[in-house]
Amino acid sequence: MSDVVEKTLTALPSLLSLDTQSGAGKLSATSKLGNLIRSLTELTSKHEEEKLIKKELAAIKEQVSSPNTPLRQMKEIMVRAVYCEMLGYEASFSYIHAIKLAQQGSVLEKRVGYLAVSLFLNESHDLLLLLVNTVLKDLQSTNLIEVCMALTVVSQIFPKDMIPAVLPLVEDKLTHSKEIIRRKAVLALYKFYLIAPNQVQHIHDKFRKALCDKDPGVMTASLHIYLQMIKENPDGFKELTGSFVTILRQVVGGKLPVDFNYHSVPAPWLQIQLLRMLAFLGKEDQSTSEMMYEVLDESLRRAEINHNITYAILYECVKTIYTIHPKSELLEKAAKCVGKFVLSPKINLKYLGLKALTYVVQQDPNLALQHQMTIIECLDHPDSIIKRETLELLYRITNGQNVAVIVERMLDFLRLGKGEHTTIDLVGKVAELAEKYAPDNGWFIQTMNTVFFLGGDMMQPEIPNNFLRLLAEGFDNADENRQLRLYAVDSYLSLLQTDASSLPQRFLQVISWVLGEFSFLKTGLEPTVVLVHFGRLLEQDRITTETKIWILSAMCKLCRGEACMEEAAQRYSSSLSTTLRQQALELHTLSQNEGLRASVLPRDASWDELEMDSSLSFLDGFVSDALAQGAAPYKPPHQRQEELSQEKVLNFEPYGLLLPVSLSAGSLTDRQSPTGLSLSSGLSGNSADLPHKGGSNTLKLEGVRRVWGKEGYLLEKEAEVETAVVVPSPLESSRQQDDAERAPLDAPALGPTAEYEQVKQQLASSLFVGLGPQNEPCLMGKSDAPLQRFRRKNKAQELPVDTRKKLTDTYSSHNTVDSLLDKDLLDSLSSPQGEGQTRPQDTPLHSDLKDTLKSQAVDRLSRVEGESELLGGDMELEPFSEQSHRQAEPLGLGLMSRLPLELCELGHSQILNLSSDHTLSLSVCKVYREDALVLVIFICNTSSSPVDEISVQLSSEELKVLDGLDGALPALESHGMETFRCSMVMETPLVQSSVSGTVTYHACAGLAHELQFSLGLTLVDFIRPLLLSTEDYGKLWLAFNHDVKQNLQLLADQEDSLSATLNTLTEKLQLHLVDIIGMEGIVACQLLPGRPCLLHCHAHTGSLAVWLRSPVPDLPDCLLYHCQKALRER
Amino acid sequence: MMRFLLLFSRQGKLRLQKWFTPLGEREKKKIVRDMTMMVLPRPPRSCNFLLWRDLKIVYKRYASLYFCCGLEPQDNELLALEVLHRYVELLDKYFGNVCELDIIFNFEKAYFILDEFLMGGEVQETSKLSVAKSMEESDLLQETMEEYMSKPTF
Repeated sequence: MSDVVEKTLTALPSLLSLDTQSGAGKLSATSKLGNLIRSLTELTSKHEEEKLIKKELAAIKEQVSSPNTPLRQMKEIMVRAVYCEMLGYEASFSYIHAIKLAQQGSVLEKRVGYLAVSLFLNESHDLLLLLVNTVLKDLQSTNLIEVCMALTVVSQIFPKDMIPAVLPLVEDKLTHSKEIIRRKAVLALYKFYLIAPNQVQHIHDKFRKALCDKDPGVMTASLHIYLQMIKENPDGFKELTGSFVTILRQVVGGKLPVDFNYHSVPAPWLQIQLLRMLAFLGKEDQSTSEMMYEVLDESLRRAEINHNITYAILYECVKTIYTIHPKSELLEKAAKCVGKFVLSPKINLKYLGLKALTYVVQQDPNLALQHQMTIIECLDHPDSIIKRETLELLYRITNGQNVAVIVERMLDFLRLGKGEHTTIDLVGKVAELAEKYAPDNGWFIQTMNTVFFLGGDMMQPEIPNNFLRLLAEGFDNADENRQLRLYAVDSYLSLLQTDASSLPQRFLQVISWVLGEFSFLKTGLEPTVVLVHFGRLLEQDRITTETKIWILSAMCKLCRGEACMEEAAQRYSSSLSTTLRQQALELHTLSQNEGLRASVLPRDASWDELEMDSSLSFLDGFVSDALAQGAAPYKPPHQRQEELSQEKVLNFEPYGLLLPVSLSAGSLTDRQSPTGLSLSSGLSGNSADLPHKGGSNTLKLEGVRRVWGKEGYLLEKEAEVETAVVVPSPLESSRQQDDAERAPLDAPALGPTAEYEQVKQQLASSLFVGLGPQNEPCLMGKSDAPLQRFRRKNKAQELPVDTRKKLTDTYSSHNTVDSLLDKDLLDSLSSPQGEGQTRPQDTPLHSDLKDTLKSQAVDRLSRVEGESELLGGDMELEPFSEQSHRQAEPLGLGLMSRLPLELCELGHSQILNLSSDHTLSLSVCKVYREDALVLVIFICNTSSSPVDEISVQLSSEELKVLDGLDGALPALESHGMETFRCSMVMETPLVQSSVSGTVTYHACAGLAHELQFSLGLTLVDFIRPLLLSTEDYGKLWLAFNHDVKQNLQLLADQEDSLSATLNTLTEKLQLHLVDIIGMEGIVACQLLPGRPCLLHCHAHTGSLAVWLRSPVPDLPDCLLYHCQKALRER
Repeated sequence: MMRFLLLFSRQGKLRLQKWFTPLGEREKKKIVRDMTMMVLPRPPRSCNFLLWRDLKIVYKRYASLYFCCGLEPQDNELLALEVLHRYVELLDKYFGNVCELDIIFNFEKAYFILDEFLMGGEVQETSKLSVAKSMEESDLLQETMEEYMSKPTF
């Protein structure tokens, strides 16, 4: 059959059907795909389906590989291949043909080709590379549809490393005359922003243009990018608040074309997008929030139609109102709204109402009280998602008095087994509540037992670790300590008497550690009894090696040279697991030597400080003996690797191939433990000895202590039992009665329904006890002391995950030593000869730096003496200093002289204003020390009265603060000035980051004030030169495995453009220029703490090809961004 | 941002899948399996929202077809429900009283409509007219092309 005839035949059915049917419906019902689908539906078994599809795929394969198949038919075949893939059968042979179809076909076939490509290939597929040229061609096409298709496919499957290829063309489309193209281009850029934010940094002003586009569709699309950017950095976009408010007001007022209405609601998607942005902008910012009150009020008012979409807007409105700086009128309206949701008969709305309650309950616990009866109903709702959300809500209102009831409910839910994710989440919450509010020892241990049992091996490892820490660390009351431990021992012994092998491994590990450590507390308990239990456990098949190690290490603590120990030690001393083997050998040795055991594992001393010799100096003798006997000296892995690569004599490549070695930061620095073994066994044996001692995130010990032994718990228990009592039980305290009275359904106790109501009421009073404003005033943080409120406020306004993170970073202890140190320094500064008297010793890096940079010295700080000029001038960052110069002129000069002497020597920024109020004014100076960035914070008292009890807390989510996280000052006299210092490094590379902090102080009237500030930092603040020789550079280059290549612009106006460009870069970014050879230059730098990054630059035809390499994944990307910026801003 | 959108029948047969974030084949299959297992047994008139790992699942049944999408934690569930509804409206407008068979036999059209409506997991075109218009435009093109293709035979 000739091609032509076949073409006609395939075209015929669709043409016929076009005549009879409107639109495109049922078009291909008679096509081959239709036949396939129809014959599939007639099949009865999976096996037959498999056979049929196999046959189909074979036919497809034959057709696609035949060179005579016309593209038109190819389109139809491709659709069938997609169908087969959707059914779960692989058709990978057709992928390449899909690309071909997209490449060669006319618009129609192209469309199917692109669709097939986007369904077949994922971001990491090799064949994608073949698509780049097609996409480029289509982006430049004059056919709108082709451009649209190309933009769609770009946003769907293009991976990070292919974005640069299409970026310029997509950018051009932002100015296209058709709004549909502009809109798609904006969305494609949004997708790029999500994948690789650094690559689209430079087009921010074009985004701004898109925001102002005359077409509302384009403007809406650009909001996606803005939402993302505002979320990451709300401070950078405050000035846009006014515009967003105006847009929202126009939308709400119905100023958009009717086209954008959805069920007669104007542009709901746009409204919700704007509301979300306003929430980010107004958060913790009173003045910005004030701009939006009016429009929020209007949004609430306008959304009155009874339709899902209005509820969607209302829900978002409520969230925004509760996120921004509060205004009582709006809060009232929002609360009413939440009430509407909660009471709605529609289950979706009820669910969202519960979610909203969860969100607002910490600010407004009364709202939960108002709806307590609904909440109780939801607790027994047949739909488990509602139940789950209710528990989430209860978790937020838990206090010392209702903890037992709530935890019981949560555990009930857990017992139903609702998937791994839910279990992990809930188990964590129960453990947290139990630690915080446990009413007594017995309850606590029992609850934790259930947690370990239900959480099994899924739960986060912190839970058992925290629990063991709590037991080991103890608290002030020694008697309580003993009781708690004893209770744990008792409960575990009884567990072991039953069949313990079915317990989760983690639980067994906890049990073995506790018994090993504390079983001596139980009088009359022979260690042999415990040891026999352990011995039985060891014989179980289900016990993992890790658990065996824990058990053996517990045995070490108990053994007295019994025979059974010897047997166990013997059995595992030939185990394949080295850790287990070592533990067995330790057991063997210790069980025979009582004296040694007592000194190695002293009783009841698990929490005493251990002295660690991290340099392993006790091995020095051993090492020197071995060396004397001719052993080869130890070489760290990277050194060995380098030597290996050097041995390859024939190396034609300038820098060789990429070697599969990843250089960890640790291996660069100092010697490593040659025996990883001893370390790991120490960890497994005493895992409660975690390195982050004293971290405030793990244990809220004060919480535990505060509520223990209260009689409130007992009362609730009674209340729960006496469910059928008609009159309120006399045992109930008056406060519970109060709560019950507030309940909306105060039913008279008559008949069975009334009795049921009574049950619910009882439950309500036990759940909501302590929630009212008159009870437990400190609970919701309304009248807390300022320091505590800082913590709680975080909790109230953020999701729980964030909270935990925040709390980790926020310490509130007072560190007086630090501030004293600074004071001394200041004293020596203020004396006339202070400067220059106590110059610290120059470290090697320091002096080297001076040598290399001497030629580039720029004099900035000539009033400070000699040597600091060189460094100070050079390390200045242009963009920063210029900005700050303007702001800080009036006070900057005065403060600069107050910089601690040792820091004066180093390069530093101008002084920046941070924040101020009527009493204090804060400013900061960034000092570029070679091992860290030091922030010197100046606190000036600008008022005429003294201020007491100043304390400073700093926190940063992304940066690592080395020291000076917080500090305190007893007093600051009128017009006095003090400094605080803190140093930080950037552990993971980021283009920019921020540090925020709070200063709290008491003014003259004794009132507590709080002043918050935040400071943006960039990667450049943490970049220091890395001094290397060319040879070292070559060696290191080989060892690094993360690289990025990009072309940068050369500075064209100069004679020697390469060296001019490189000098600009090294000056601005504090890099070290290693060498320039012909048209190539090599540059090195390090990101504090000691993460190297190498740049290889090659100049050709007006551009500079830069190749960056580093052992740290994101560092090349981030540094490249700053290189671009530095060159552009020049 | 929407992470994925799945259409499956009451029997759990996949009718359409759209992934807005890169995932491996295995992971995709697992998600499809989990979704059908979670959604299909739910009784009528229960809540349309579910939780799965760290995602919110919003689903809705239209006749014999389930529309199910995965959202990120900060997204608005009700709005997603309306996104699904709007998609059904668009299908309805295009096919004229759409039924499951239309989507089975013309699934590529359903994909095209979806691509006009959503891009990168966000609603691209909220105006119903525009989507219909851009679909019509390309269909018009299709018709002329087909005429053109059938001509040379004679």
